[in-house]
Amino acid sequence: MDIQPIFAALRKHKIPAALIVLEIALACAVLCNAVFMIGQRVSEIHIQNAIDESGIVDIGVQGINPDAANADIPAYLAALREIPGVTAVTEINMMPLGNNSWNTNVATSPADVTSKDSPNVAEYMFTKGGPEALGLHLLQGRLFNDDEYADSKLGDSYMPSTHVVIVTQSLAMRLWPGQSALGKQIWQGKKNMYTVIGIVADVLRPDRNGGIAQFHWSMFFPVSPALGIQEFVVRSAPRDRDRILRDGVQKLEALSPSVVVKGQTFSDIRDKYFANTRSMVWMLVLVCVVMLAVTAFGIVGLTSFWVGQRRRQIGIRRAVGATRAHIMQYFQTENFLLSSAGVAIGMILAFGINLYLMQHYQTTRLPWYYLPVSAIALWILGQLAVLGPALRAANVPPVVATREG
Amino acid sequence: MFGYYLDLALRSFKRNRVLTALMVLALGLGIGASITTLTVLKLLSGDPLPQKSARIFAPEIDPLPTENTAPEKLFARWGNLMTYTDAMNLLHARKGERQAVMALASSKITPQTPGQHSFFSDGVVTTSDFFSMFDAGFQYGSGWSVQDDENRAHVVVIAGFLNDKLFGGANSVGKILRINDHDYRIVGVLKPWAPQPRFYAVSLGGHGYGNGDAVFLPLQSALADKVNTQTVNCFEPDVDINHLETAPCAWVSTWVELAHASDAGAYRTFLSNYVAQQISLGRLHHPEVALPDLMQYLAQQQVVPEDARLQTGLAFGFLLICIVNTVGLLLAKCLRRSREIGVRRALGATRAAVFAQFMVESGMVGIAGGVLGLVFAELGLWAIRHQPAEYAGLAHLDISMFIATFVIALVASLIAGLLPAWRACVVAPAPQLKSV
Repeated sequence: MDIQPIFAALRKHKIPAALIVLEIALACAVLCNAVFMIGQRVSEIHIQNAIDESGIVDIGVQGINPDAANADIPAYLAALREIPGVTAVTEINMMPLGNNSWNTNVATSPADVTSKDSPNVAEYMFTKGGPEALGLHLLQGRLFNDDEYADSKLGDSYMPSTHVVIVTQSLAMRLWPGQSALGKQIWQGKKNMYTVIGIVADVLRPDRNGGIAQFHWSMFFPVSPALGIQEFVVRSAPRDRDRILRDGVQKLEALSPSVVVKGQTFSDIRDKYFANTRSMVWMLVLVCVVMLAVTAFGIVGLTSFWVGQRRRQIGIRRAVGATRAHIMQYFQTENFLLSSAGVAIGMILAFGINLYLMQHYQTTRLPWYYLPVSAIALWILGQLAVLGPALRAANVPPVVATREG
Repeated sequence: MFGYYLDLALRSFKRNRVLTALMVLALGLGIGASITTLTVLKLLSGDPLPQKSARIFAPEIDPLPTENTAPEKLFARWGNLMTYTDAMNLLHARKGERQAVMALASSKITPQTPGQHSFFSDGVVTTSDFFSMFDAGFQYGSGWSVQDDENRAHVVVIAGFLNDKLFGGANSVGKILRINDHDYRIVGVLKPWAPQPRFYAVSLGGHGYGNGDAVFLPLQSALADKVNTQTVNCFEPDVDINHLETAPCAWVSTWVELAHASDAGAYRTFLSNYVAQQISLGRLHHPEVALPDLMQYLAQQQVVPEDARLQTGLAFGFLLICIVNTVGLLLAKCLRRSREIGVRRALGATRAAVFAQFMVESGMVGIAGGVLGLVFAELGLWAIRHQPAEYAGLAHLDISMFIATFVIALVASLIAGLLPAWRACVVAPAPQLKSV
């Protein structure tokens, strides 16, 4: 196909041609960045969390009478354990994705404790049965033994009195890159030292405290039942979960009428945490779809006008021997050239917008493959949009050349 | 002439129904998306105390003992969060017209009616100036006094909605309410009060928008009852959490109202001198201080969610595409009418008249797009009200946004119409007439 005549014709319609190019360029730039934002958010929603999400119920108890807590909390644990179908129960200070968080800065030596880049880590504390109730996946080392739970008190401090800790794989790799973390020491302040006895698969923090890379920096401490960490994790088979949630809340309310009990499944916690992210994803998807539709209709409208204006020329071409396919190809090639120009400008624009977003928002660099992918998408869109007008052009009979003008 | 142009425009729309509908639809979608996101952004970045925000200041000092973070970075993260000791020193110095220290504490409320369950409500523990400083008006009674603060009086101010719930809206001043298993005497009931953004909760770990708080307790009284506050940032290990008054933890925030915005310099000097004095005592280590006013503070704390700003940017990008689209379609329509223009010009219409005719036509597209955009915006806001975000319930179209819709629509369409109108008026009549 000779493209020389197409250029000649486009030169006569500079403004409509420029408008199509501009529209495709803008659509390409917005599309690249919007799809990138969607991808970032979707991967955040699907980030790994190695606990038994489908079998966990979380029951929060607030307003426990401090004087009765020593007797009440073990009684709550026992009552929850008695519910048929329950496989494990623990008392914990916070839940992954629960938004209520205990964090501390840690270091690998007492000298580094005050260093600027000592990582901030989420500190989970649970009572006996914790690893089973959450469904932690042990990768190396061991879990806590009964003595370690019994000996550890929370007391008047934010840190337990134990000397052992379990860390997530990501935290182990951050603190001791390329080494085994087992047997190493974590320092909190200059006095508190904890020995790593186990490494578990990555568990999320209660909230995103400083970037997605730190979302997996969690550590676990054993404690004996205490006031101040009053969330109860109850694990069961997923099919028993809803019944156990109802029964658990009822039992605790019956045990002490003065407390406020609130239960939810882990799926509820997850849905609540990612609700805003999810609605942002839908909003972005909606804008992309509508934007592509508007762009497509714009191309249809302008090309239709174009075809209408050139009926006579098309008739002449048909009369001097061009086939319908030739006419179709003409408009398709023309659209391909315009789309290519639009996509080329659009890629530069997309990159510029990404640079701006990187400066002003928490965005990373646009991966290069977004550019060709959205270029192909717009090429296809252009071809689909031009199909109708091109078909109409192909149906112009040769006799038009003799009738009009 | 205007009426004639309107008639011409209507005839032209009737001739190209699909094309006209496409233009109006595209413009409507673009405007609807922009107005929806703009309404949300305006709502989120609003002034919570418009009548006095320029006189309300957040004193910020750096209590950290080490070189852990640069003070500016700490201020961006902690805002006016400080230790109890520093907050009380600033409060008792009384260098501002009004000042208050506060923290958030979710509080257990036990209704006196038998059979009603205890429940938790958002609460603020604060000092006496809180209500007058933040313009919280009273339906019944009043706030408490400075003496009540110092005497750790068991008094409480409750929100109107809690009064409705517990006492059916009757005057409950003087009644006893059991909060966190202690008895408090109600001294005041607030009128509806929920500034947006909820600026005073930002550094204290509360949500930034949404419903107001239910109970307001004197800080020192609540502390004596071992209240649990929402955010406690400790900067030394081995903290005794039962004595937060003396602990090395930042967990209360301080706000100051000055008589004039211009008094800020004097207050900053006082603050610097205070910090210098504490450094010489060995209590503090960083001489840097900051004193943003309310709106500067909201900007510093980045209260507006990033996603809301991104959405607005995206919507305007989309509007731009819609405008380009409308320019293209208007141009296509008007070029197709070259002969009509040729006839009008030959019959004596001036270029200005042809230009005006086409501007009227695009203006009408704009107004139709604006009306449709308004429908889309209402739809978009309805969708946002059903989102889980904490500001969702507040998303309503207001008058200024209503007007903005039409201004944006008209300006967008007139801009879109400029190029086609100019192309139309430069059409030379003779060649067009020849081909008829």
